[in-house]
Amino acid sequence: MRRKLFYALAAPLAAVGVAVVISSIVLLFAGANPLDAYQNMWEFGTRLETLIATLNRATPLYLSGVAVAIGFRMNLFNIGVEGQYILAAIVAAKVGAEINLPPVLHVTVIIATAMAVGAFWAGIAGYLKVTRNVHEVISTIMLNAIAVSGVVSYLLGVWDVPDESLDTALPAIPESGWMPPLNNIVELFTQEIKRVELWGFLLVAVAVGVLYHFLINRTRIGFDLRASGENPTAAQVSGTDPKRMIMAAMLLGGAVAGLVGLPELLGDSHAYNLRFTRNLGFNGIAVALLGRNNPIGIAIGAFVIGWLDRASGVLEVRGDAPREIVAIMTGVIILAAVVAYAVVERKRRAEEASAAAAATASAKEEQEAWRAEQKQVGDGEGGGS
Amino acid sequence: MRKQFALLFSVVLAFALVASACGGDDEGGGSDVNVGLVFDIGGRGDQSFNDSAAAGLDQAEEDLGISASEASANDDGSNREELLNLQADESDLVFGVGFLFAEPMLNAAGANPEINFAIVDDASVDLPNVAGLVFAEEEGSFLVGAAAALKTTNNKVGFIGGVSIDLIKRFEAGFVAGVQHINPDIEIDIQYISEPPDFSGFTDPAAGKIVAQSMFEDGSDIVYHAAGGSGGGLFQAAKEYSEANNTKVWAIGVDSDQYLTAGEDVQEYILTSMLKRVDVAVYSTIEAQVEGSFTGGPNVFDLSVDGVGYSTTGGFVDDITDQLEELKQQIIDGEIVVPSTV
Repeated sequence: MRRKLFYALAAPLAAVGVAVVISSIVLLFAGANPLDAYQNMWEFGTRLETLIATLNRATPLYLSGVAVAIGFRMNLFNIGVEGQYILAAIVAAKVGAEINLPPVLHVTVIIATAMAVGAFWAGIAGYLKVTRNVHEVISTIMLNAIAVSGVVSYLLGVWDVPDESLDTALPAIPESGWMPPLNNIVELFTQEIKRVELWGFLLVAVAVGVLYHFLINRTRIGFDLRASGENPTAAQVSGTDPKRMIMAAMLLGGAVAGLVGLPELLGDSHAYNLRFTRNLGFNGIAVALLGRNNPIGIAIGAFVIGWLDRASGVLEVRGDAPREIVAIMTGVIILAAVVAYAVVERKRRAEEASAAAAATASAKEEQEAWRAEQKQVGDGEGGGS
Repeated sequence: MRKQFALLFSVVLAFALVASACGGDDEGGGSDVNVGLVFDIGGRGDQSFNDSAAAGLDQAEEDLGISASEASANDDGSNREELLNLQADESDLVFGVGFLFAEPMLNAAGANPEINFAIVDDASVDLPNVAGLVFAEEEGSFLVGAAAALKTTNNKVGFIGGVSIDLIKRFEAGFVAGVQHINPDIEIDIQYISEPPDFSGFTDPAAGKIVAQSMFEDGSDIVYHAAGGSGGGLFQAAKEYSEANNTKVWAIGVDSDQYLTAGEDVQEYILTSMLKRVDVAVYSTIEAQVEGSFTGGPNVFDLSVDGVGYSTTGGFVDDITDQLEELKQQIIDGEIVVPSTV
């Protein structure tokens, strides 16, 4: 049990350690003092305000990570989350602005719209793979470009409300379609939160995480997904249709991807405008890698990357270091994590193998004694692990 | 393996300790005003309005003895409001560079009423502690448009916009009006590099070069850009086209005097630049803060206060400056009204 915990924690801790060392070297080369930088970052990063901002950043990253992870589980590299969520957000923002419903229902309709659009856009890539065997990396890259530079650009032009401001923005979603902040709940446990609102969509993200866990680990389709991902041939032989699984993974991933833009849309901007945050889809790939497709792991990955992003603002303001240092740090953490996972995994396997070997040793001995009796049979290939 | 890591780590720590021991205080004297500036995506070094704002800040630091600190929005611009708040904690005057700061500033300035704020390119934030620094880009663009019309020999000129947003369309509107004021028969080739939400058109010199090349090939002999960092591609294209065809085509720069900033090898192809004095706006706002005369509300930088204008470095427009000055006066006097939308 303790060993298991050690293996679970060894890789991420090693990754953070390596990242700290490398970032320190870079900071020294840049003429900055790493201790000052880390101290400032820690002081600023542990303020309640910053932690709330981190959660607001981590929420879309988490959703994006889960969307990517669903594909990863099935060995599908869905890098189309970017296009899926931006397209979903603009359509959902338009629908949300056009309709007028009671509060909870209004939000539900917006969420459903976003999920449907995300699933639809991802489904195109799934369909192309199933029917035409187009690799999903190629198709999702193309679909990203078509979604962002084509469809969203066009829709933005058509749906923009001309006004005095220089911003290009869709009409705002009426208040019944907003997601109220969670400040009151957090304030029950802490002090008053100033100048920042904890976006209500956090709760939806948590629900998505729980559902993802149950789907993958407790349902038939989740089992089939994992089985097809780990050994497609075996899964097919045992009666799982790989094409159905590809479509399922793409549609599910796309539906979750559709949610990525909503924390901001429903919690802060209430309208699709030029400030709408992009690149969350690509960042989600890193989050999923860091979290090893595990619902808790992705949450930790999203929080770590989100925290680095938010806490790092202070570095430039206080003159410690350019904010690019954080890009280096994030990159190193991801790289180190991937390497560390591989190393730890190999060690764990080796240990498991030797344990298994020890367990089978006695059986083997008996077998060999028997064989010796039955004259020699050549060097028998013993059962591996 | 583990030992090596431990060794490396201790070496790094040792370095850090030495470095921290050496780090001294370099707080300058002069005014005790702290100015915090938040750049938009791209930050210092974007060869565009961020750099222009930085120039104003540097100047104020030097002349007025203020202490300044900077920050840049992250790659997706999602932390503008947090950076404004953070700067507000440590400064007396906080700048947001770019109209995308409007909503974040409304929130941040509302939450920090005792701190003064200023936003570049936006006048929509209606708070007593927010100054909106806006520019009459169309007026400056009108003058360089007139210059292009007076200088063209092919009777065809071009305009390259970085991203097709309302702000850049102001440049286009002014340029077109300026060209047509001189000669309505001149053909104008208008192209944008990217469409929102894709903002790459401001940072893509390669794309800028391709667009510029096609314009020169199609017969334009003067091309004006309002494309930020992509403008470098235009200058390169002008140089290459001129050299390859043994002719001379011109580029017109934007924001700062690009004859001075774009590099020596392309200098001789830069006819003039439309000046948008973000540096002056930033500097004068800081000066007001230092003197205690800061006031909120819109602050328009147009031709009459030399907030916009055209550059003469290189001497390529010396023969037409009389005409340009006359047009400038007519705009200031209201005899010519320059449209700000296309």
